Order: sequence, then C-alpha cells, then structure tokens
Amino acid sequence: MTVHGGVGQSIKRKEDARFVRGKGNYVDDVKLPGMLYLDIVRSPYAHARIRYINIEKALKVPGVLAVIRGKDLEAANLAWMPTLMSDKQMVLPVERVMYQSQEVAAVVADSRYAAADGVAAVEVDYEPLPVVVDPMKALEPGAPILRPDRKEQTNRIWHWEVGDREGTDKALKESDVVVKENLYIPRIHVSSIETCGCVASFDAMGKLTVWMTTQAPHAIRTVFALVAGLPEQKIRIISPDIGGGFGGKVPVYPGYVLAVVAALKTGHPVKWIEDRSENIQADSFARDYHISAEIGATRDGKLTALRVKTIADHGYTDAAANPSKFPAGLFHIVTGSYPFEKAHVEVDGVYTNKPPGGIAYRCSFRVTEAAFTIERIVDSLARKLGMDPAEFRMKNFIPPEAFPFKSALGWEYDSGNYQGALRKAMDIVDYDALRKEQAEKRKRGELMGIGISSFTEIVGAGPSHTFDILGLKMFDSCEIRIHPTGKAIARFGTKSQGQGHETTYAQILAEELGISSEDIAIEEGDTDTAPYGLGTYASRSTPTAGAAASIAARKIRDKAQKIAAHLLEVSPDDLEWKDHKFQVKGVPDKAKTMAEIAFAAYTNHPPGMEAGLEAVDYYDPPNLTYPFGSYICVVDIDKETGEVKIRRFVAVDDCGTIINPMIVEGQIHGGLTMGLAPALLEEIHYDENGNILGGSFMDYLLPTAVETPKWETAKTTTPSPHHPIGAKGVGESATVGAPAAIVNAVVDALAHLGVTHIDIPITPWKVWKILHEKRAA
Amino acid sequence: MVLAEMPSAGDEETGPFVNVHVTVNGAPRSATVETRTLLVHFLRENLSLTGTHIGCDTTNCGACTILLDGKAVKSCTILAVQADGREVRTVEGLETDGKLHPIQEGFIEEHGLQCGFCTPGMMMCSVALLQKNPHPTEEQIRRAISGNLCRCTGYVNIVKAIQHAANQMAGPSGGGRP
Repeated sequence: MTVHGGVGQSIKRKEDARFVRGKGNYVDDVKLPGMLYLDIVRSPYAHARIRYINIEKALKVPGVLAVIRGKDLEAANLAWMPTLMSDKQMVLPVERVMYQSQEVAAVVADSRYAAADGVAAVEVDYEPLPVVVDPMKALEPGAPILRPDRKEQTNRIWHWEVGDREGTDKALKESDVVVKENLYIPRIHVSSIETCGCVASFDAMGKLTVWMTTQAPHAIRTVFALVAGLPEQKIRIISPDIGGGFGGKVPVYPGYVLAVVAALKTGHPVKWIEDRSENIQADSFARDYHISAEIGATRDGKLTALRVKTIADHGYTDAAANPSKFPAGLFHIVTGSYPFEKAHVEVDGVYTNKPPGGIAYRCSFRVTEAAFTIERIVDSLARKLGMDPAEFRMKNFIPPEAFPFKSALGWEYDSGNYQGALRKAMDIVDYDALRKEQAEKRKRGELMGIGISSFTEIVGAGPSHTFDILGLKMFDSCEIRIHPTGKAIARFGTKSQGQGHETTYAQILAEELGISSEDIAIEEGDTDTAPYGLGTYASRSTPTAGAAASIAARKIRDKAQKIAAHLLEVSPDDLEWKDHKFQVKGVPDKAKTMAEIAFAAYTNHPPGMEAGLEAVDYYDPPNLTYPFGSYICVVDIDKETGEVKIRRFVAVDDCGTIINPMIVEGQIHGGLTMGLAPALLEEIHYDENGNILGGSFMDYLLPTAVETPKWETAKTTTPSPHHPIGAKGVGESATVGAPAAIVNAVVDALAHLGVTHIDIPITPWKVWKILHEKRAA
Repeated sequence: MVLAEMPSAGDEETGPFVNVHVTVNGAPRSATVETRTLLVHFLRENLSLTGTHIGCDTTNCGACTILLDGKAVKSCTILAVQADGREVRTVEGLETDGKLHPIQEGFIEEHGLQCGFCTPGMMMCSVALLQKNPHPTEEQIRRAISGNLCRCTGYVNIVKAIQHAANQMAGPSGGGRP
C-alpha cells in the first residue's frame, strides 16, 4: 500500500502554487515601514591607492541620509571581515582597492533613486597601482605583494597536496604511454536570476533581523555573532524565497554587512539589492583553475597513474566556501571512475587583483574541475592508444563488485555501477551507428563528434570527523511535530533555492510516517524557528537533512509504537510497521494509523509517557555519497562559422534512490544547461589592467532556450548503502559531468586534424581559427 | 558613517513628479512618481505588485516581462509615464475567478519552474506568444522565449509547459481564453 506523496512519486510541487501566482516572497519583495535603501560606490580600478573620498556633495543630494566609508568602519573595527576560509576580506577599503568594482563607500537614502544619485555624487581620487591579473606572474619573484597585511610576503596563499608523490612519479615513468594536457577552466559566474541582497532591521529591543539571500542562514547567524559581537539570540536570519543560488549565495558579501551597519546607525530598516552588473562584477565567482594533468597507461590500455598540478586563482582574498580542511575543496575526487593505484594532486592558491573567487558554480567544492580533468584526459589517452573512448572506459572502470571502493587519494566510494550507466547511454544514443555515421561524414569532409563523460561525483558534506566550515561541523537537521489531528510540520537546517524541498522532504516524511505529503508542512530558512544546520549547497540537502528527516521520523515511530500498543492493549513487541501503520503481527485488522496515534499522544497517552509526538535529529553522515553517470554528446560543427551545434545529448544519471522523479529530471535538465554554459558560452575575462570584460548580461552569455538542446535523460539506480533511504543527491551531477562530454565531442570532431584539446568556452571564433590554421575550412 | 543634515521643510529638491494612471489587471491604478521612475518600480513599489521581478539591468533577462496593451515588454526599460493611459497585465492578473490561467497550470503540470524567479516574466511572454500564435512549434516557442533567461530548468520543461497551455487553450474547456 502506498502513501499519497511517498518516495518515488512524481507529485507536483507544493511551492508552485505561490510562484505561478507571483506570490513568492523574495528579498526585494520585503518592504518595511521607514525602510531606507543602500547603494554602493565601486572602484573603476583593479588596484589603486585611495587618495581621498569626498562625500560633501553626496550628503547634499536630496534624499541622502548618510555615507559610509572604510574609515568609519575602521573606527568600529568592521573594515575587515573574516572569510569562510579563515582569510580576511575588506568590507570597505581604508587605503587600497584590490579589484575593479570593489566596494569603496556606501550611500544610504530614502529611495533607490536617491541612493543612486548619492553614489554618483561621491568623489574618489585614486592613484593607480601595478595590477596583477595572471596568477603565474603573481608567483614570479619581484611581483607586487598584493596582501602586505599577511605575515608571509608572497602571493601564494597556500600549497596543498595529497597522494603518493614518489610512487606516482615512478609509476608514470614506468608507464608505456603517458599523456599530458594543460587545461584552463576559466572564471565563471553563477548568475542566478535573482541577484544578492538583504533587508536589515533592528527592533526596539536591539534584536537584528536580516532577510537575506543566503543558502546557509544558520552559519551566517553565527558568523554575524562572532564578527559583530552581537549576542546570537538577538540575531535572526530569514532566508525567504531564493531566486536561485548555485553556491553564489553561500558567502558573506560586504553589502550585507553594510546594510546591517546602516540599519544600526540610522535606526531604520535598510535594504540593499545589488544590480546585475554589480553582482556579475563583484561577487559569486567560481573556478579559475590552471590545471596540468598527466596520465599513464600500459600498452594494452590499463590505467596506471595520475598526476595533477593546479594553480588556483582566488583573486585578492580566499573567500571560497570550502570545508576548512580542504582549501582546494574535494578536487581530489579527480581519480574519477577509475581504480588508479597511484595518484598525486597538488594545488597552489594564488592572490591576484580580481574579486574573490573559488565559490561554487552549482557543484560540490571543485568537483567539476576534477571531473572535467579526468574525463578530458582519459579521452586524450584513449586516442593516443588508438582505442575507442567507450571501450577504454569500460576496460578501466572500477567494477561494481569493488564497492565500497577506496580511491588512491583516500575517498571511500559508497556504491556504483559505471559500466551499467555507460552501456545504457550507448544503447540509447546508438553509439555504434553514430561511429559509422561519423566515419562516412569524415570522408565527405563533414565535422561530427561524439563525446563521452563517465563522471563520479562526491557530495553530501559531510562527516563531522573531517568536514567543518569555520569549525562548524557539517551535519544537518530536521525537527518534526505531529499535531493532534495527524497533520505535521517539519523544519530543516537547509534552505531550498528552487530544488523543491517543500515537496521532497514531505515525501520522505510521508513514506516514513504514513501521513500524506499534503498534510506535512515544510519550513526552512528562519533561524528563530528551524533547527541548526549548515545549509543547502554541494548537493548536501538530501544526503544530510533528508537523512535527518528519515531518522527523526523513525524516532517518532518508536514512540508511536508504544502509544499504539497502549491503544491496542498489546505489547509494543507484538506490533509491526506495515502498510504505513502499526499492526498487530498477523492481525492486519488490528492496527492504528499515525493520525490515530497522534490524537492519542495529546488526549490519551500512556501513563508515565510524555505527551506529544515530536522528534529532532541532527544527522552526521557516516560517509559522503558518490552519485555518478555517463553522458554522451553528439555535435555537428559548421565549417563556415565554427559554430558547435549539439545534436543530441543523452544523460544517464544514478543518484541512488529517487524521491521525486519529476524533480530529479528537472534538476538534471538545469544542471546540464549549466554544464553547457561554461563549455560553449560563459567566461569572466580580464584585460591586463584588471578590467572585467563581460561584466553584464550584454557580454556574459547565459544559455537561452535557443542554444539549449532538448536534453534526453535516463537513469540507473544504485542506492547509497549508508543513507537511510539510499538517496545520494542530484542537484549538481549534470553540471559536473556535462562539460567534458561536450568538449570531448568537439575534440572528437576535430581529432583527425591533430587537435587534442580546446580550452573552454569553445566559441565559434576558437573553432573557426583552428579550422583555418589547419586549412580544414 | 557620516549622516546628512536633515533638510528643513520645503527644502527637498527631488522630482519633477508626475501623476501616472494605468489600468492594471483590469483595475484603474494611479500614483504620483518621479518622472524617471521605471515601470517595473512603479508596479513593484507604488502598486505593491511584486510578482514582476528584476533580474538584470541591461534588458537581457526578461524577469520583468509584462503585457502593455497586450504586447510583451520588459518593464525595466519603460518609464512609468510611458504607460500612462494604457493597459498593463502582470502575473497577478493571470488567475481569474479563482481559476488559474492555462499557462499557470502548464508550468505546474510540466515542472516548468524551480526557483520561480524567472517564472512570471516567462509566463507573460508565453501568454503574448499564444495570443499571436495559438499553435506554436517547439522551434517557435524557443525563439519566443529567448529573451527570457532561466538558470534552473534548462528550458525543456518550460517548452512543455507552453505546449500544455496551447493544448488547453485550443481544447473545448479552454477555448478562446485570452
């Protein structure tokens, strides 16, 4: 017997009812009496000394109430704030600006328009300083030291390495075939359609409430308490409806802090909402990895070893949001779907005159960088060996019976069936027929390519023995209350930004409790009411808070069993949970539903038992989860224009147990599109003076419905053995897996011309240039 | 932080101001606004119709799409005064007599939305398309919504949502609905 809205059902989303009516409540929709508006003066220079800031004219602008400068904050010890990576970041500069569009001063006014007028009236005199935009040059001797405030007088932020250096060197030396590729994964920007912003307000008792575009409200509250010295019970962070996050809404940006300072000083609520151009020029940057990878194999195509060296451009501060023990995130998942015996990875973080980078772009802590590297270079190696890339992968995959599998770099993969996923993708796309078609087309001079990516993800951070952010362990939570009438409310430490938690969490609880998902309200994002949790990013909601939901529900079932026994006048041991109710074993007619039990919990509970039916669980996952998939992309290249057209893209994903197939498919569609974006379109580029080229939607090209192909999806199901319902998380798999499939397809189309790699984004211009250089057009 | 001196009464020099009268979702609405006020701010702040969203500052994203005299326009690139005396329809005007518009049903049924931020603009653009072309091909739908950016869905289900609405509006129950 199924429960309505249980696990595995494609029920429609609860949250849609308000969104399709225009009744969502996003931060910019919050309007408080007497609310003021904050706007920000930004630097035109990437590196400059501030000679002076003249605010006289700005203060005379009608409607302007105040101007905040770095020196005003310095007086309150708030000019700098810590980043989540234990580096520090300016709220407002006192002496120097470090990147173009950096916050320089803030204007508070009684309307948006007056605030903008005030910004235009602030006069700042700058003395330009030498700019370092290239991280390689930043590491050269004699390069300007960008962070003289640090003890170490170098632009190298940190060096991090893992694996067996000597063993890897030796194994590569002894390999019959070694392939090396230099891969640049450029800086990109998540560009959720809602930008960042907040409304900060103090009440008469001095309690601060901040409505804020944040994916991690509880952690933010603690950070505010630690930085500003406010008592934590007097801080309430409310993350209302969020218009997309993708990682860009995890960090604390200066605008949030400025709004709080302005609210404190003016005594009025203050709203700060950044423009798109500010958003795309100043915050939420991802990637910027300069990767050099070497891979070895035996003559007959058996992988031997992998060595990866990376320069990570973090901009002027390390303001990424990685677990604190992993400055390069989970990049050491780079051994991917293959059982390397030896591997070594080293990463150097570097300062440059760019905005803070290294934040996620819909992926779990550098996992896209890792998956792209391994899936790209495995393709190069297969080509060098003259093997078909599918055959090469099949030959080398970790076999299904090897799970749980310990990787060369220390991860324990929970479960997988990589052969199964690739076989399915090949069947759907009819791989052999495509190879035949390609051979015929090549004879005619037509350019067609087939690319494969068989990625392994690592999500659901994470076990508290290894995972924390600023010391806060990365558990997550669920608190359930069942009301007397058998309806329920559950609150979580996570925060949906479009993933549909109001629906999927209710489905987990419906399955566990035998209550229709319609009768379970889900709340997140209010730190005054929700249990503490680290928030939603890195595909961690289902692996952590989703697991907490199951465990909390099972705690409720334990108590419910005793109440049911009391009602049925049997021993609890005589009962079994079957068909979503407690039945006397072998006597299905003698049963109590959760609704009946809930009513009794408040009206007729057993003597000596506490009344009520509630539970809370803080779930500390025993391991991460390892979703995987195989993608096959088919491209045609227009020789006249260099344009890459994706003809087909088949995505076979395995995220373990699926809670809502409709929502999972939607997540994969979106992820694929954010995989296509950096592969073909998106890049945040800087000129030598540190000017951002692509600082608005005019130049930074998000995929539209025209560039986006009709994605074809399919699934295999390999449950996680350690998650209570076997789920793994799915929000980012496709973003992680898709770029390599697309690039591999383009390289495959051009391989006969000697092309082994093209850096992303693969624009028509890059392809056209190659075709002309190779005289193939 | 340096506070401005409070202006004395009558000292304010903002404006100039203008009265704007617009028929919004069938009802006459008016407000006195600065002449430079954008239509999207007029709708969101003066009329508290916050379903129309702002996602960019370069007229690229389409989150602010509304119908002006029946035509889909980006309300961030039109002044409120330009809408004076005209008819505006926003997402709040799609549902009538407690019944969702077929496009709203389509977005729910086909999972055409995730975070919901682009959704109102996307739906208004779709309504304009279906008024002009009740039976669009997939290619025509993709072209029509190419001025509206969605970061969550990958568009596949948005296309299906619009097809769903087209079918509903062509069928016996939804026939002829605007």
